[in-house]
Amino acid sequence: MTTTRTRFTAPQRLLHWLMAVCILSMLFIGVGMVSTVTTKYLTLVQIHKPLGIAILVLALIRLTLRLIYGSPALPADLPEPLKLAAISSQYIFYILMIAMPLIGWAMLSAAAYPVVLFGGVHLPPILPVSASLHTLLWRAHHYLAFAFFAVILAHVAGILFHKLVRNDGIFETMAPVLTHDHPESK
Amino acid sequence: MVQSPASPKPFRLWPFVFIAVVVGVAAIGFAYTAGWLSPHRLTPKKLVAALAPPGGPALGHRRNHAKGICFTGIFEANGDGSALSKAPVFVRGQYPIVGRFNLGTPNPNAEDAMVRVRGVGILITTPDGQQWRSAMINAPIFPVSNPQAFYDLLTASASKDPDAMKNFIAANPGFLTFLPWAKSDQWTESYAEEPYNSLNSFLFVDESGTKHPVRWSLIPAAQPVSISPQELAKRGPDYLEQEITQRVAAGPQHWNLMVTVAYPGDPTADPNKAWPADRRTINVGTMTVQQIEPEPNGPCRDINYDPTVLPAGITTSDDPFPAARSAAYSRSYNSRTAEEADYPRTATGARQ
Repeated sequence: MTTTRTRFTAPQRLLHWLMAVCILSMLFIGVGMVSTVTTKYLTLVQIHKPLGIAILVLALIRLTLRLIYGSPALPADLPEPLKLAAISSQYIFYILMIAMPLIGWAMLSAAAYPVVLFGGVHLPPILPVSASLHTLLWRAHHYLAFAFFAVILAHVAGILFHKLVRNDGIFETMAPVLTHDHPESK
Repeated sequence: MVQSPASPKPFRLWPFVFIAVVVGVAAIGFAYTAGWLSPHRLTPKKLVAALAPPGGPALGHRRNHAKGICFTGIFEANGDGSALSKAPVFVRGQYPIVGRFNLGTPNPNAEDAMVRVRGVGILITTPDGQQWRSAMINAPIFPVSNPQAFYDLLTASASKDPDAMKNFIAANPGFLTFLPWAKSDQWTESYAEEPYNSLNSFLFVDESGTKHPVRWSLIPAAQPVSISPQELAKRGPDYLEQEITQRVAAGPQHWNLMVTVAYPGDPTADPNKAWPADRRTINVGTMTVQQIEPEPNGPCRDINYDPTVLPAGITTSDDPFPAARSAAYSRSYNSRTAEEADYPRTATGARQ
């Protein structure tokens, strides 16, 4: 679904940048917390869980906005491989943004851990206690986290390529502010 | 100055260099955070690996306190703990416990008489779904003061260097205060006769938000009967599990949960240091063990007795151990639950 807009709507752009901060923080917190036995471990775990649920909620809101408002059309002269990369990466991001928190939540459920958000506020388990399910989900959470970071690096490299090499307006569709050399829409 | 998209653009190198730098810096930052660039960082992986015996860990089992037996029972709060903590578990009432008696060894087949440290893990659930998990041991103090020293103790114990322990003790003289208890041959003949101590300090938070640094202990109602390890060895390698099974079948066993409140200045950050004996101690309730179940199919098997799973009203203190234990227990849990096939659940696969 595309629109005649040359940029994503303001709420979509706001969510993109807010979630960019959340998700990058989340990945660094995740990989950092499992590497330390200092008291930072507990602090990071206590951020990781509620932040994950926050990302899940934001991702669902963002998906809804996407279905309502769509996205600006890709440049007509974009080569097919780049077009494919641009479209598939968006599917991958939506899948990861929604799946990762759910996998984390399910993984904690399968391990009989309480899913504490803050204070006494916690979420119900979404799976029965099961060592085999826990193992499957834990591995998925682990490997998908690295995949997620790799996709983000590719995304950053790709968008900088669009801006600095092609200057084709794709960067501007999600830029927080209008840049001065924003190309005319076709 | 906007170029026509149709005109061929001259190749410029700098955008590609810039992109490589941005991606490279992000990747290096990630690798640093993950500890891949810090070989000396004490990670949960290193700490757990150091617990393993020379032949490697017992697959499917806890990486420490590997020999154990499950129980169920109740915690009956008398209401007196509510003055110190707003946790619902201290409101007068009865709350279910899933627990585990265990020996402080990475070997699930260790002989009882070879292991000085005995422990208990408890999980108390209140009707609102909050949990309090605690793993305690019978030692009066912990052998070392901080997680790095614990790692150093493990590596020194496993070292072939004849001076390793001497060097460790020189660097950690507090270890000497642990030895009289460790070397004593005044053991007890039952899990039911042991006191179990949190050793770590936590904070109880009361209704007004005031924080009280505390440690807690389970004090047995059963009269301790002293036995030497030599005598215990004669009763068989798994006597403790047989004994507690028979004892609980004959009648429930009780412990009082005693909470000790620190004075300002007491060493809350160091479980190697006992607090003075005159500190205020409050009996907050009774743990009753009602049924024993073997571990392979028991309710405690898939529970991680992570001491940082706490209800609102109890938090960690400046004691560095609960965080380290939580990190290491999590790693142990992830490993052992992935090795289920090596520790069958069926009764036929159970260790006798």
